[in-house]
Amino acid sequence: MKLKKITESAAWRSVFRHKLTDTPRNRSLAVTSNVFLHLHPVQMKASALKFRFTFCLGGLTLLMFIIETVTGVLLMFYYRPVPEYAYLDMKLIEHTVLFGMFLRNMHRWAAHAMVILVMLHMLRVFLTGSYKPPREFNWVIGVLLLVVTLLLSFTGYLLPWDQIAFWAITVGTKMAAATPFLGNEGPFHQLLNINQYNDMQFLLLGDNQVGGNALLRFYVLHCVLLPLVCVILMAVHFWRIRKDGGISRPL
Amino acid sequence: METAENRQDEPPIQTAPPMEAADDQVFTFPDLVAREFIAILLAMIVLSVWSMGIDAPLKAIADPNWTENPAKAPWYFIGLQEMLVYFDPWIAGVALPGLIILGLMLIPYIDPNPRGVGEYNFRDRKLAVSMFMVGYTLWFVLIVFGQFFRGPNWHFYWPWEDWSIAKAAEEQLVNIPSAFGYLLIGLYFGLGIGLPALLKRSFYKEVGAFRYLTTMMLILLMFGTIIKVVLRLFFHVKYIIVTPYFSI
Repeated sequence: MKLKKITESAAWRSVFRHKLTDTPRNRSLAVTSNVFLHLHPVQMKASALKFRFTFCLGGLTLLMFIIETVTGVLLMFYYRPVPEYAYLDMKLIEHTVLFGMFLRNMHRWAAHAMVILVMLHMLRVFLTGSYKPPREFNWVIGVLLLVVTLLLSFTGYLLPWDQIAFWAITVGTKMAAATPFLGNEGPFHQLLNINQYNDMQFLLLGDNQVGGNALLRFYVLHCVLLPLVCVILMAVHFWRIRKDGGISRPL
Repeated sequence: METAENRQDEPPIQTAPPMEAADDQVFTFPDLVAREFIAILLAMIVLSVWSMGIDAPLKAIADPNWTENPAKAPWYFIGLQEMLVYFDPWIAGVALPGLIILGLMLIPYIDPNPRGVGEYNFRDRKLAVSMFMVGYTLWFVLIVFGQFFRGPNWHFYWPWEDWSIAKAAEEQLVNIPSAFGYLLIGLYFGLGIGLPALLKRSFYKEVGAFRYLTTMMLILLMFGTIIKVVLRLFFHVKYIIVTPYFSI
């Protein structure tokens, strides 16, 4: 058989370390010899598999993040983060790029889905008492991931550079100006000599109103900095699930 | 010399691999991985169909000289925007979200109750679950209210009402007299922290002074927020206390 010859060649076996026959050993190797599946333990309690326990919420959140990354990278090929081109590029994505509208829709709806899924996942983890020892710190990481998710969504909101984007971010970043001590309209800002050119809002926008600098800052935050932070926090989050004894079970 | 062949035919170096799944243990592959695969497929199908059917909104190009009215924040922040009606921006936009995040992070450290791990269990965790649900529900109620019941100038509009019909400006708002306001706040936090400790001595003893204080402060701040909303909506109260630096 040709096929057998291929699967027994040294080259094939250098990639796939085990055969597919259904043995306990191969079931273990399927997980341990695969870097992606390796996030899982080899075995787990049957009770932890129940759909009604987790509703797959954490995993689906990760799926949304992956979809965001893939569609986001594709959109980056067509988008220039400067006020002169941003809105034009949105129109071009919608009308001239093949499947451009679908790409953008997918990116937008998966983002909303991710926010909802993170919130529901948090509810699930709370109601099942899964933040209790030894999982306290992983709950804290989870809260940080919620914040990063919201920030990712918020920074992405400005990029279409339309009226919704512009005014939503104007409203949102006005809050930064109200920060006590550090915002130019916040209580006690006089104490630190804070004005509209050195406060929190200016730090976010690179200006005292939403403009080209804000667009560039939000773009870099959205495409580089926040995803990096998110990936690092996710790595800690998943690693700790394993280290803290897998997903929670009745004590 | 070790080759690819003999590496595969020999058992791995680890001498006692789990050859059979232990009691009530199952192998992740395929039991979990198959389920994950199905979940991913279903999610991808729903998302793809949704994305083919419904287009993401895109309005006219950004124009700093033409203000959107109302200019609404993204839906997940609209609860905070709704809070702007009841509080000054430094509370609604900075203090409240900061406290929410801090409070969420503190939950595992202020709840020493070991019961209810790994199961949906309300009976043994009445306080924790009910307080979390109040906050969680509040978040969504504010979002729905801000998203569907607010029109131009952030006036109240039923979802079926026409936004082009202007609403009359709101009645005059009043401030609670300063001394009375301080008294109210003092009583609220004093009694709120004092009474449960006296009446439910066992709870206070169980969690200890520091945890008790943190827990009660977070709960009182949450309900205080709701009380301020009610005062503003039904009694036209603008501020409870006014100082030259900030007002609440």
